[in-house]
Amino acid sequence: MRSDTPRAPWGLKLAAGAGLFFMLAPIALIFLYAFSSEERTYQWPPPGLTLKWFAVTWNRPDVWQALTLSVQVAAISTAIALVLGTLCAAAVSGTRFFGRETISLLVILPIALPGIITGISLRSAFSLMEIPFSFWTIVLGHATFCIVVVYNNAVARFRRTSGSMIEAAMDLGADKFQTFRHVILPNIGTALLAGGMLAFALSFDEVIVTTFTAGQQQTLPIWMLEELVRPRQRPVTNVVAMVVVIVTLLPILLAFYFSRGGDQTVAGMGK
Amino acid sequence: MSAIAASSSSAILPNQRGWLGALSDRFWRQPKLFVFLLLLPALLWLGIVYVGSLFALLLQSFFSIDEFSGLINYEFTLKTYAELLRPQNLDVILRTVSMAAAVTLASALIAFPIAYMAARYARGKWKALFYLGIMLPLWASYLVKVYAWKLILAKEGILNWVFEQLHLTWLLDAWLSLPVIGGNSLSISYTGTFLVFLYVWMPYMILPIQAAIERVPTNLLDASSDLGATPMQTFWRVIFPLALPGIVAGSIFTFSLTLGDYIIPQIIGTSAFFIGQAVYAHQGTAGNIPLAAAFTVVPIVIMGLYLWMAKRMGAFDAL
Repeated sequence: MRSDTPRAPWGLKLAAGAGLFFMLAPIALIFLYAFSSEERTYQWPPPGLTLKWFAVTWNRPDVWQALTLSVQVAAISTAIALVLGTLCAAAVSGTRFFGRETISLLVILPIALPGIITGISLRSAFSLMEIPFSFWTIVLGHATFCIVVVYNNAVARFRRTSGSMIEAAMDLGADKFQTFRHVILPNIGTALLAGGMLAFALSFDEVIVTTFTAGQQQTLPIWMLEELVRPRQRPVTNVVAMVVVIVTLLPILLAFYFSRGGDQTVAGMGK
Repeated sequence: MSAIAASSSSAILPNQRGWLGALSDRFWRQPKLFVFLLLLPALLWLGIVYVGSLFALLLQSFFSIDEFSGLINYEFTLKTYAELLRPQNLDVILRTVSMAAAVTLASALIAFPIAYMAARYARGKWKALFYLGIMLPLWASYLVKVYAWKLILAKEGILNWVFEQLHLTWLLDAWLSLPVIGGNSLSISYTGTFLVFLYVWMPYMILPIQAAIERVPTNLLDASSDLGATPMQTFWRVIFPLALPGIVAGSIFTFSLTLGDYIIPQIIGTSAFFIGQAVYAHQGTAGNIPLAAAFTVVPIVIMGLYLWMAKRMGAFDAL
């Protein structure tokens, strides 16, 4: 690093500043619209500001049902992903074996290929096997792409955990399970927490795969999509949009906080 | 670390006996079995749920649909792929690929200054702002971002208002009267679709470029200026070639994500189909799963080629 920070040319400052504005302004707009008193259009500037729509949204059973379903799906998918992702990461990072690269590829594939491919292949598989759409078909889809998030976080942490500590535990007579409980788990705990929260956020926000694997049930993103295609209750949608931003961002900020060690894989993860 | 603290309270734990201990001993003697058992749950899940259904889908693209009865004919045929080459389907593919290319180019242009500034110049509170400016849109809900653009592009929305305040409505109208990219209003034109795609995938372009620029050693830049290069020459001959793999890596995301998306063009844009919408329509209302499956093969093949080229340009080191 140079001691003197070079000064940026003003042309670059301007371009970067404009770019930053382009990135942040739409998010700020979401927060503003939630308070707009306008009911029928997306009018700008808002004719007035009000808190009324928060109360209206609070009393909407359909919003609550969608929210509950989303939270349940995200919680169960995250739990499945935590178990499968951690086991897989432990196997891949601890040893070298034939087909190790293939397994990494297999785990990453559901997120590398466009969501629509995952969605339609699951849907056609369900229809081939005559599985009716249910809560569990949604979970099946979500857990598949959540595994990679947990896996990436866990693999990065396993890489930093020194093998000598595990060997020391074994030398002191601990068996595999005791080693896991008392040495490995405290070490990878925060990485799992970060991975779990990211998986939760990913599942909570997922819409493309869900449109293929959900029957009549509405998760919150499906509810949003419905409102986007056929707007009926614009003010309620505005409030829900703001709440969704807050709900997705909290775990992200926490995940960053817990994985500041430089091994987080928050960045560059596709959806 | 906490691990040491936990074990120092009772340095040596009593050895567990019984079946758990026996199992542990067995794993110790047969490490391969242990690794196999660790991998088994994830492999079963991904193998059966994911690869299984992916394979079933690809298989269906080799079936065909009986045009009179509308039933699927379970016999191996390439008829569905021939159907894919019909003009109206080729149009869909061409439209999607052009949009993906336009979005990729534009996002590289806009992302580069942001990434460059964030990586090389931003300090203190500006660094935090750049961080927020990249991470907030990356992790904010996809649908909420699309919704934000629906608000922006609406006729009564903020963009039209800004043009009106600046007395530039004529400029917007002139743009909208252009063929192909224009339309009746922003929210039902290709321009609108393009803007939303650009916004939604932008962070995926910024992050790899930023990572690539951050990795350029500063002594290379010092050496370049010591040898008499102007800042412009240093940029084009040192920084840019080293940042190029980052741009290619970012373009993988923007290109692939645009190819597969079907929600954005459905909400903002013309009624003409993109690949994703065609897949959705064929598998849903039309019930033509073979054609839908054949359509999904298109992005897979295009991305396969793209990844192969990107790998040759060294983009994977920048991920």
